[in-house]
Amino acid sequence: MQGVGISGGGEGSASGSMSTVSREDNLVLSSEDSSCPDETELELGLGLSLCGGGGGGGGGGFRVKQASRGGQYARILTAKDFPSSSSSSSPSSSSSASSSLSRANVTAGVKRNADSVANSSSQVVGWPPIRAYRMNSMANQAKTIATERFNPTFDKNESKNAVAEKNNIGCYKDSGNAKRSSLFVKVNMDGTLIGRKVDLNSLGSYETLAKTLEAMFLRPTSSMDPRRTIVHENGIMTEATRPSKLLDGSAEFVLTYEDKEGDWMLVGDVPWGMFLSSVKRLRIMRKSEATGLAPRIERGNERSRSKPI
Amino acid sequence: MESELKRFRNSPNSEELTRRSSFPDEVIERVLSLFKSHKDRSAVSLVCKDWYNAERWSRTHVFIGNCYSVSPEIVARRFPNIRSVTLKGKPRFSDFNLVPLNWGADIHAWLVVFADECPFLEELRLKRMTISDESLEFLSVSFPNFKSLSLLSCDGFSTNGLSAIATHCKNLIELDIQENGIDDRGGSWLSCFPESFTLLEVLNFANLTSDINFDVLERLVSRCKSLRVLKVNQSISLEQLPRLLVHAPQLTELGTGSFSQQLTFPQYEELESAFSSCNNIHTLSGLWDVKAIYLPALYSACTNLTFLNLSYAALQGGELAKLLRHCPRLQRLWVMDTVEDKGLEAVGLNCPLLEELRVFPLDPYDEEIAHGVTEAGFIAVSCFCPRLHYVLYFCRQMTNAAVATVVQNCPNFTHFRLCIMNPRQPDCTTGEPMDEAFGAVVKTCTKLQRLSVSGLLTDLTFEYIGKYAKNLETLSVAFAGSSDWGMQCVLEGCPKLRKLEIRDCPFGNKALLSGLEKYESMRSLWMSACNVTMNGCRLLARVMPRLNVEVMKEDGSDDSQADKVYVYRSVAGPRRDAPPSVQTL
Repeated sequence: MQGVGISGGGEGSASGSMSTVSREDNLVLSSEDSSCPDETELELGLGLSLCGGGGGGGGGGFRVKQASRGGQYARILTAKDFPSSSSSSSPSSSSSASSSLSRANVTAGVKRNADSVANSSSQVVGWPPIRAYRMNSMANQAKTIATERFNPTFDKNESKNAVAEKNNIGCYKDSGNAKRSSLFVKVNMDGTLIGRKVDLNSLGSYETLAKTLEAMFLRPTSSMDPRRTIVHENGIMTEATRPSKLLDGSAEFVLTYEDKEGDWMLVGDVPWGMFLSSVKRLRIMRKSEATGLAPRIERGNERSRSKPI
Repeated sequence: MESELKRFRNSPNSEELTRRSSFPDEVIERVLSLFKSHKDRSAVSLVCKDWYNAERWSRTHVFIGNCYSVSPEIVARRFPNIRSVTLKGKPRFSDFNLVPLNWGADIHAWLVVFADECPFLEELRLKRMTISDESLEFLSVSFPNFKSLSLLSCDGFSTNGLSAIATHCKNLIELDIQENGIDDRGGSWLSCFPESFTLLEVLNFANLTSDINFDVLERLVSRCKSLRVLKVNQSISLEQLPRLLVHAPQLTELGTGSFSQQLTFPQYEELESAFSSCNNIHTLSGLWDVKAIYLPALYSACTNLTFLNLSYAALQGGELAKLLRHCPRLQRLWVMDTVEDKGLEAVGLNCPLLEELRVFPLDPYDEEIAHGVTEAGFIAVSCFCPRLHYVLYFCRQMTNAAVATVVQNCPNFTHFRLCIMNPRQPDCTTGEPMDEAFGAVVKTCTKLQRLSVSGLLTDLTFEYIGKYAKNLETLSVAFAGSSDWGMQCVLEGCPKLRKLEIRDCPFGNKALLSGLEKYESMRSLWMSACNVTMNGCRLLARVMPRLNVEVMKEDGSDDSQADKVYVYRSVAGPRRDAPPSVQTL
């Protein structure tokens, strides 16, 4: 039925994230009962009255039995479901296991378990209030834009050549980059609260990956707005000419990834393609914590060793 | 006749008017036909019976804000000479999937009545109505003079219906299809315009996604010499666009197709040259998948631009800045939040005449990465655009101080729609509720007609609204308030309130029932996911017979809860076409 569309995520993390939003102000959402007068008060002899029949004789109110709809499942969240920020939080949405609202306040730097929130599970039906038409139109654009952000050199070179060419390339209806599926994985860095996502399919190699991540996490300005360093007005990417620190083991951080079996591995040991097929997410780990991971092979040597995965 | 007209004009004294009770109707009608605004006309019709009659005979355009507030029979009977009808159907929250698909607002019953009583109907403008292909076909054959069809945010039809319109409406001058839930079955509808057809002035099919036959379009554009509005869909490429433009230099509104094709240099020059001959364009939109390097081709057409719709073009701030330098006369600007604060600074610097700004989010669900616009961008625009009076702003953070600054810079807001995308998010620097922000808005902006609130809000916000927003007509509230008191403040305090829509707020029966008589002076009330119960609704319905009280329940919800409530005044009584999920009390 239209309207019951909270995409499932199954996490009940709503309470956790909500409570940290609060300051001590008890001004919010008190689960006061004032808004819910005792139902019996209103039963006063009312039955269903069709509009227009103003004079309906009151006598002997009967209550029309609603057809019972079965047990509770996946219902629309109501105001009651949102725990108030104060300690008098209402019981968490126990009944709606398949719906959750995660509203971590980004600016308050709420620490989040990397696993606790998938994008889809945090959506409330009809919010933000954007027309369905626009949502559908933008769904594809958003993906493409994100891809372009991490690979602007590709875009710029292509278009430059194209304009200079004499050949008629012909028209294609795709967006700026050629259609390819994207492989977005999360990247978290020890000591940084907010994670990032990269589209591994838009990077061609470990080198590009490392440079991209460095630009995101390690440059001082980039921690505020990494894209400024990556995309200038003319779409020219400022490329770091220094060798990437993350791969050669010289920085205090190392780049690791979690593979399909749940093991944490050092990035760079296996061929790029194999890496793409087994990576689930990335983590920039402090060197001190990276004990027990397999030792690195020196850069420059052939990576002949194939790691059993 | 003319001397009588002069005497009429020179003697507004009501005594004299009553003496002239046998004043010829034709004269009054002639005079009254000069009144265009439907508010004026309503006032005129209340003066006396003669004027009521004169007014109804001379009325050519009817605006019906809620299709269920009146029946088509009543309308047709009262206004036999209407040529143009504007109808709005579903509650606004249906745009956000909060209303069941088969809820109603079907145009067909109206068409049937009008075909009988007002066959000279020329114009139909629908918003949030359901219209089927059969209805479109019926329309196209029942009204020989039909000229204008505009569908915004409607559903229920496919491109087959458009085929019928193109085929049968010999006098069509406007076909405007915007943001509808249309079933796009292909572009063959465009080929249904006869080759002899030349009258088209407005063609907007930006809504559709499938390919159309470009040759057919090109021929159509070239033979319709009066075409002034052309908005094509994404299937039209940058290479094809110049071929359309050269046939229509008289265009005043242009919606481009996709703006991302890779062009050769000669093709780019052709594009640039085509735009340079379009000196009359004041509205520009489209620009899907825009590649910024091609934007300079547009510059020459931007000199007289007053409305630029970049809401589907994901531009960066710098790219926007470059474009805006060529748009000095811009009054209305819609952008995506990819331009960020830097882009908004550029807006302020380049567009001093700006009156309306809308900022849409590229990816509303993107929580992890902090993108988009912030309070800084908002302030930047307000600093340099004193004429700003309409804003729609989607953001992820805001502060009370920023909003206060904005309204201090721009006290003339009539429409203030701020959407902080995380529900219940407090001021991002102080952690306090956003009450003071909206307090500042209503205190400073005395002309405020429309307000949408967001962020962490207590009843204080609504106290402010009730106390200060004396011109407020439309209020949208979500995830806000602390108790019934909030809603009561609004209902008791805003004399001009017409539309109130509320979702996910702790307002219950007490609040609902505090507005009894008020609802009869309003167009409608929507409350969903609040604390209203079925009994509260029944009581309301019982006490106020001239209101329709409709309840929609969710599957599996508590029997006593009224999950979604829609209350509206009506002279047509309860509606008979409600689906089973909608209960009229």
